[in-house]
Amino acid sequence: MSVSGPAAAIDLKGIDKRFGAVHANKAVSLAIAPGTIHGIVGENGAGKSTLMSILYGFYQADAGEIFINGAPRKIVRPSDAIAAGIGMVHQHFMLVEPFTVLENVVLGAEGGARLIGGLTKARTELQRLGDAYNMSVPLDTPVSELAVGVQQRVEILKALYRGADVLILDEPTGVLTPSEADHLFRVLDQLRHQGKTVIFITHKLREIMAITDNVSVMRRGEIVGTVATKTTTPQALAELMVGRTVRLKVDKAARAPGPVVLDVRELSATDNRGTTRLRDVSFTIREGEIVGIAGVAGNGQSELLEVLAGIRRRASGEILLHGQPLDPAHTDPAKLREARCAHVPEDRHRMGLVMSFSACENTILGYQDDPRFTPHGLLNRTAIAADTSGKMIAFDVRPGNPQLRASLFSGGNQQKLVLAREFERDPTLLIVGQPTRGVDIGAIEFIHKRLIAMRDAGKAVLLVSVELDEIRALADRVLVMFDGRIVGERGPDASEQDLGLLMAGIAS
Amino acid sequence: MESLDTIAQVLASTIRLTIPLLFACLAGLYSERSGVFDIGLEGKMLVAAFAAGAAAAVGHSPWLGLLAGVGTSVAFALLHGFAVITHRGDQIVSGVAVNIIALGLSAQLGSTWFGLGGQTPQLQPEERFLPLTLPGADAVAGVPVLGQIYSQILSGHSILVYFAFAMVPLTWWVLFRTRFGLRLRAVGENPAAADTAGVSVNGMRYAAVVCCGVLCGFAGTYLSIAQSAGFSRSMTAGKGFIALAALVFAKWQPVPAMWACLLFGFLDAVAIRLQGTALPAVGILPVQLMQAVPYILTVALLAGFIGRATPPKAGGVPYVKER
Repeated sequence: MSVSGPAAAIDLKGIDKRFGAVHANKAVSLAIAPGTIHGIVGENGAGKSTLMSILYGFYQADAGEIFINGAPRKIVRPSDAIAAGIGMVHQHFMLVEPFTVLENVVLGAEGGARLIGGLTKARTELQRLGDAYNMSVPLDTPVSELAVGVQQRVEILKALYRGADVLILDEPTGVLTPSEADHLFRVLDQLRHQGKTVIFITHKLREIMAITDNVSVMRRGEIVGTVATKTTTPQALAELMVGRTVRLKVDKAARAPGPVVLDVRELSATDNRGTTRLRDVSFTIREGEIVGIAGVAGNGQSELLEVLAGIRRRASGEILLHGQPLDPAHTDPAKLREARCAHVPEDRHRMGLVMSFSACENTILGYQDDPRFTPHGLLNRTAIAADTSGKMIAFDVRPGNPQLRASLFSGGNQQKLVLAREFERDPTLLIVGQPTRGVDIGAIEFIHKRLIAMRDAGKAVLLVSVELDEIRALADRVLVMFDGRIVGERGPDASEQDLGLLMAGIAS
Repeated sequence: MESLDTIAQVLASTIRLTIPLLFACLAGLYSERSGVFDIGLEGKMLVAAFAAGAAAAVGHSPWLGLLAGVGTSVAFALLHGFAVITHRGDQIVSGVAVNIIALGLSAQLGSTWFGLGGQTPQLQPEERFLPLTLPGADAVAGVPVLGQIYSQILSGHSILVYFAFAMVPLTWWVLFRTRFGLRLRAVGENPAAADTAGVSVNGMRYAAVVCCGVLCGFAGTYLSIAQSAGFSRSMTAGKGFIALAALVFAKWQPVPAMWACLLFGFLDAVAIRLQGTALPAVGILPVQLMQAVPYILTVALLAGFIGRATPPKAGGVPYVKER
């Protein structure tokens, strides 16, 4: 895209970066007009975050130049970027949790060896910024005690306090409720009115359409297109991202659910610190039905999954599987797997896979006592490899090498390995957490189809996801969790606003 | 009056025994608050004690001894830093290595240089940090209680003792009221956040490790040329580890660290006092039992009485940018 009139706020020329064998950015050139919101979309691993980390001085490009307002700048470390008026809000917030908001804001910009002067100045300035952008935050509260939406505001204020003219936001809405996201969009709009430039990285096309002026699409380390948002459609962007036609909608036929498989009654549980995270949760799932649990991360969904998977003890309540109560003292993952209850954990790195193990070792994880795999306690490597090969073909896992270490597969293929392991056991109940977190669009399409296929085959599916779009596309019934409770039940056609209010704990 | 004198003696000895712990504990506090675990406090104290004893004996000046002690300790601290900050080595392994090197080196160099079986030559009074008498201490010595506290407990210590206690509020002020302290704590809690805010993580950690070295240097120097009149083999006798326990016990806070060190110092003083003394009803307590009390107490307290001690979040983890 050519920028006419004033010099581009940011002009990247021929940025190239390799991490070992991975070519993360291939001679990327990108010009961003001042006073605009510029979206960058692309699948995971497309190189968006790498490009922005280079602009922010977190990594250094192997080749290429950076021009800011027309002048070449060397950006070797974050302090160079800050000095050049660039601020960044990272996907994982860069906040020191035990520090107060004020301390976090002044860190690195204290303005003197003693803190007192800098803190006083920051207090005044933050109050002014908070008023100007309608972003009030409690200045003396430790950041760890703030909600994620507020923490994000702290990050934005931190950048503005340092005099940022260009603000980079990396996947900013992933952790927000819809209403918090709306608030963020209003703030960004205000920033644009004040002449600030915003770079908005996301994989959610809806957000690109809603807020950006221009959008660049990245695929495999390259920019494959930059267009004015007004002139494009989500479908066109998705095709650019993936490089082929994709279906954004999932085909789902109506299906009458069968008898109750899972019956959860007044379930309560605490987290490791003893805080109650699950309060009197009751619901049922029938055969051939996907029940979706929506909610902002951290409202008890993880604990619910863990209790149902036998990893966490419940504090009280009953769980009935096919009408049989599960004895809390004797419920463990092995027993549940025997009862044909499969579990896809939320976090494949932490729970789903052993990253340093090979694919075939990972695909027998949890089923390692199967005599086919371990006759007389010894590994039958041939049988295991053959079984894994079959699963890899069935789930289109690439590369299809059972001996490859799990960490060497892409996120989408890792997830497909976990799904293959659990789905291929023909379970009657499937408990699935965040099935497409950090997974590219192509793999999302595949995983969604598989989930629907399981439902159509008469399985009972519990789907927990923080992606509202995913819940609405797949679930037959949607339960919304807030603060450990189920605060409402809706059909899949419920409006986003309706669900958003429930997720924020406002409506019921 | 006799029992009051006994109490005063025990308390005065508590203060003397607390000082090496306090220096080492504050040393560890700087390092660990920045995210660098240091179990090599013991080793650094030991080489500092040796260097101070040797330099004071050769140079006939306690100040030369202090300089040598601090310099040697800082050198060892930088060695630890180079291994774990620059090369991202394992902090525990590196700390153990420092302890082993210190143990062997101090004994070996001592025997080679001085031929006294690992000791440094006996120091003359003018080569040591001697007790100072605070102004008016003799005049009020006769006043019951208050006068005794002043003349017998507070007065009569070397300059290093007063310096150690002054380090407590100073450390608090540095950590919580200065830019240096804010950055130091930030790199120990979330180095990535500090990095993106434009703070050099490795630079801050090196600075913290040097602070640790300086204070360990004081701890060792105190042992060999203030508390004793020369270095003797393994004279730290586990004080570096007790200081670490005190640090955990104090939850990495300067003022509680002082109280923890005073508590351990007190137990030590009582143990020495009770040696060979018969107690009513129990008789003579074995010395070993009394000496074990600080360790037993540490385990018992850490096991539950003081609640969860949360170390700096990034402690023990080398800082590597993502990917």
